[in-house]
Amino acid sequence: MKRFWLAAMLGLVAAGTAQAADLPVYKLVIKNHAFQPAQLVAPADTKFKLEVVNQDATPSEFESTEFNREKIVMPGSTTTVFVGPLGKGSYKFFDDFHRDTGNGVLVVQ
Amino acid sequence: MLGVALLVFREVLEAALIISIIAAATRGVSRRGLFIGGGVGLGVIGALLVAGFAGVIAEAVGGAGQELFNASVLLVAVAMIGWHVVWMSSHGRELVRHMQTVGGAVKAGSSSLTLLLAVVALAVLREGSEVVLFLYGMAASGTGAGGMAIGVAIGVAGGVAMGFALYFGLLRIPLRYFFTATNWMLVLLAAGLASNAARFLVQADWLPAWGNQLWDSSSWLDNGTMVGQAMHVLIGYDARPSGMQMVFYAAVAALLVIGMRLTASKPRGGSRPTAADSSAEEIQVA
Repeated sequence: MKRFWLAAMLGLVAAGTAQAADLPVYKLVIKNHAFQPAQLVAPADTKFKLEVVNQDATPSEFESTEFNREKIVMPGSTTTVFVGPLGKGSYKFFDDFHRDTGNGVLVVQ
Repeated sequence: MLGVALLVFREVLEAALIISIIAAATRGVSRRGLFIGGGVGLGVIGALLVAGFAGVIAEAVGGAGQELFNASVLLVAVAMIGWHVVWMSSHGRELVRHMQTVGGAVKAGSSSLTLLLAVVALAVLREGSEVVLFLYGMAASGTGAGGMAIGVAIGVAGGVAMGFALYFGLLRIPLRYFFTATNWMLVLLAAGLASNAARFLVQADWLPAWGNQLWDSSSWLDNGTMVGQAMHVLIGYDARPSGMQMVFYAAVAALLVIGMRLTASKPRGGSRPTAADSSAEEIQVA
């Protein structure tokens, strides 16, 4: 039974990572504690890979309660977050460590 | 300063709510203060270490290190809470009887206490490491130490106050229902932590979402609000959950309820017929 679940889990993981290679990639840059671009456009009903590049010398936390993602981005590093598929609409995201300057919106259309 | 206070408050609140439930659930167990305090202390040390190695963790496992680390920490906490819940369903009656007759603390259950110490430590470690990274960033970008210290003090005080409010609120539950209530709270807490772990695994693309946003109840209660955040910690409320989160939530809740039912202690008729026994007879843990 244990072996079955392990195999099932590995199967799911393999399925998950196999698709990952074909996903569209979008990029966000954090500079001076702000997102560039502040408005990111992505297609509806499509899962995509979001690369977040932190060009600042301080850590940031890329977060969105509207598309339910949360990840710390260390200084001078690039991180990947898988997003969606999402329905049409706009979804706010923010830098939890810089709430006053780090705000953006993901427009899904 | 306000930004510091707000972030620290939100992170401390999450850990404080978890600690309050643990503190209530270990009511009547001797040395629990030591265990909870020890858990917080270990958690703070852990938070510093995790923050220090955040870069290494982030780079690990092809960039999915942070998600896998968080998911692992959460799932370990789920397992430990689960073990305690099942343990309590067979020992809770004994505990209540002892509290009613002797009124003192019970010496039993130090293995279960050690697990809960770890749960406290893991909660503090997870939330604390974010605070450490945030404060490091603030200090590096030239925020004054004085303002930061005041912000941290306000944030910690606010979060801890909310934790105490929950704890004293829970203490008002009558003793005969008390451990039933705390045990159910632990079940919901564990299920919520499991759902959170699933969210991280979906975010890293290690698990499929099985429906990315099953519903959207954010117009009713948003996770960005304080109540929404508290509910997120306490019962795992998520305004836009994925199917995988629901699977984890339901699986953990079901496993724990079954575990509680299977190990529930039956009233032992006639073994020690005392006055206290008859009242303890009615107490059901789970």
